[in-house]
Amino acid sequence: MSGGITAEPPVAAAPPPNAEPGRFISRYGMVAVFLGPTLVLLGVWMVYPAVYTIARSFFGQTGFLGSWVGTDNYHTVFTSSYFVTAIKNNAIWVAVVPAFVTAIGLLFAVLTERIRWSVAFKTVVFLPMAISAFATGVTWRILYDQDPNLGAINALGRVASDAVTSPGVLSTASPSTSSLQQHGGGLLLKTPLHPGGVALLGLTGIAPQDMPTGAKQAVKPAPKPGDIGGVVWRDFKPGGGKPGVVEPEEQGIPGVTVELHDSSGKVVQSARSDADGTFDFTNVPVGTYNAGVGASTFAKPFGGYAWLGPSLITPALLIAYIWIWAGFSMVVIAAGLSAMPRDVLEASRTDGASEWQVFRRVTVPLLAPVLSVVFITMIINVLKVFDIVYALAPESSQSSANVLAFAMFQTAFSGGGNFGVGSAIAALLFLLVIPVLVLNIRRFKREV
Amino acid sequence: MAAAAEPMPLPGARDSLGSRIVRVLTRGPLNILLAVIGLLWLVPTIGLFITSILPVSSLGTSGWWQIFRHPSLATWSNYDALFHNSGLLTALKTTAYIAVGNTLLVVIIGAMAGYAFAWLDFPGRDWIFVIVIALLVVPIQMALIPMFRLYDQVGLFDTWYGIALFHTAFGLPFAIFLLRNFFVGLPADILESARIDGASEIVIFLRLILPLGLPAIASLAIFQFLWTWNDLLVALTFGQNTTPITVWISGQLREFATSIDIIAPASFISLVIPLAVFFAFQRYFVQGLLAGSVK
Repeated sequence: MSGGITAEPPVAAAPPPNAEPGRFISRYGMVAVFLGPTLVLLGVWMVYPAVYTIARSFFGQTGFLGSWVGTDNYHTVFTSSYFVTAIKNNAIWVAVVPAFVTAIGLLFAVLTERIRWSVAFKTVVFLPMAISAFATGVTWRILYDQDPNLGAINALGRVASDAVTSPGVLSTASPSTSSLQQHGGGLLLKTPLHPGGVALLGLTGIAPQDMPTGAKQAVKPAPKPGDIGGVVWRDFKPGGGKPGVVEPEEQGIPGVTVELHDSSGKVVQSARSDADGTFDFTNVPVGTYNAGVGASTFAKPFGGYAWLGPSLITPALLIAYIWIWAGFSMVVIAAGLSAMPRDVLEASRTDGASEWQVFRRVTVPLLAPVLSVVFITMIINVLKVFDIVYALAPESSQSSANVLAFAMFQTAFSGGGNFGVGSAIAALLFLLVIPVLVLNIRRFKREV
Repeated sequence: MAAAAEPMPLPGARDSLGSRIVRVLTRGPLNILLAVIGLLWLVPTIGLFITSILPVSSLGTSGWWQIFRHPSLATWSNYDALFHNSGLLTALKTTAYIAVGNTLLVVIIGAMAGYAFAWLDFPGRDWIFVIVIALLVVPIQMALIPMFRLYDQVGLFDTWYGIALFHTAFGLPFAIFLLRNFFVGLPADILESARIDGASEIVIFLRLILPLGLPAIASLAIFQFLWTWNDLLVALTFGQNTTPITVWISGQLREFATSIDIIAPASFISLVIPLAVFFAFQRYFVQGLLAGSVK
């Protein structure tokens, strides 16, 4: 034992050097009493299964008897697209989550030092840690609903989207005459125009309830020299009417984006139609032009992102997971901060360092051990992530959200029944945490 | 002493009115920023709760925030129905059995082992402790398949104590690590004088170690309770009809939108008890967390 790992507690604990034999035996009896249950539990539930799983990973689906497959199970894990997705996703988790969780925790820990209600803030951010990852999955699944009417996140997205680009005034419309044709999402009048001309942009196929509010009787504007005027209107009245002619009872369409293209097709002017549907391009140089309805007129309202769909499910999971663990990181880092020598910080401030310099050059380096503990803890957590994937990813997205722990469960238990491949995934997970295992032991040795 | 007094700013002495105004102005945006972040952190849980008190008919057309416009929609009928649902009640009972049984086992067995590693001397002690540290990070996945087979053979499959025992084994390395480190720090002279007075190790353990180690034991107990209460994977693997609440809810996930009147309130019920435990014993919880990760 000498020179090895010694966890010597304070000297007094050592037994007297020449204790009598009876005492010696009872001492070992005591050890057996105190340590017995632990050794049984760790032996049966952890050590034996670990050996079993590693051995089992080299055998096929049917069991140990005569089904030695060598490294076939591992080959499957690294080649079948189902498992490769899981490995890739786990790599994404490892690349994103520990860094974000540590950075956010550091940020929160430093910022809360400057407010008076830091306890309340920390409690709120830490709260998700007490909730099961499963309930968190359910919670976020409600928030992520694609319909902006139902999912809070897409509802916020709609507010933001409406602020940047308003949805078009028309959802759908078709030209009333063949001279108006589809063009890049909008419509373009083929009839060439010259300054002093008038463009007639008649549209049909608009249901009365879809007409923009405030529409008035359409008016065909009089030609103006040097300008190109026009009207965009609902070229339909009860009974039909004549296509391409502005008639009584036919309404102008307000708010339509009208664009003037030059002969090369470039948009040179754009305007918005009035309540009677009229618009005017002023001071148009001599030349040949085409007028048309811009694509933005038909811009669809924000339909929401499919957070739970195959392409966004992993980012959606990462966000929810970071929401859980930011509190952990913040609390651990805050404890590290409060244990930091204040005089060092004060000294650097007195020396004229800015807050940023103090943070970057003093706080972070002094916190490095704590930060690395948080980071490593998160790597381990993320490698084993399971519950939240199970709860948050709808069945249709599960194959895209796949991670190793999830794939292991599906393969071995949930209908899969393949213990060979399942064992190989478990062994792979174990292999991935071995560096941390070694690190823990080294740290323990150093401590003693 | 000087260091302890230093962080205290001396108001009035150095702070002029002007510098105080400047500080409030610069701290204003920070307060607002953190208030917004805090609110954002609360929104998911609030959303779950509001969803749980809305009738399923109104959730098909509009999100939970409709309650701010129509507060009268709120109803306890979802909860009412759930508390008459024998499946949920059984699941809650199973969860409590697993969580309480496991917590007791981990605390008792872990404290005994922690004491042995800290204060008993026997050959190989440090090597066994190194193995315990090594087991700290072994993924649960490593044991699922072999224990599934073994449980099946010995009749532990689909029992609450089978699930609790599995959690106990996987909780022990952390428990021993935490308690051993705490016990080592207890004053040696108290233990030594008890030994000289002829107290047996069992008496020392019960009369001295357990009371003195209470803060660490409390942290551990809360940790274990939350950990097992919130578990999904172990119960999903080793239970079939014996299901804790997480597994019971997961059975409804397939029809998420139409079963939301069960899923949302049941999820909220499942998190009320951990939250209550967390708020009641927050200090111990955080201490355990720090002891487990920083040291």
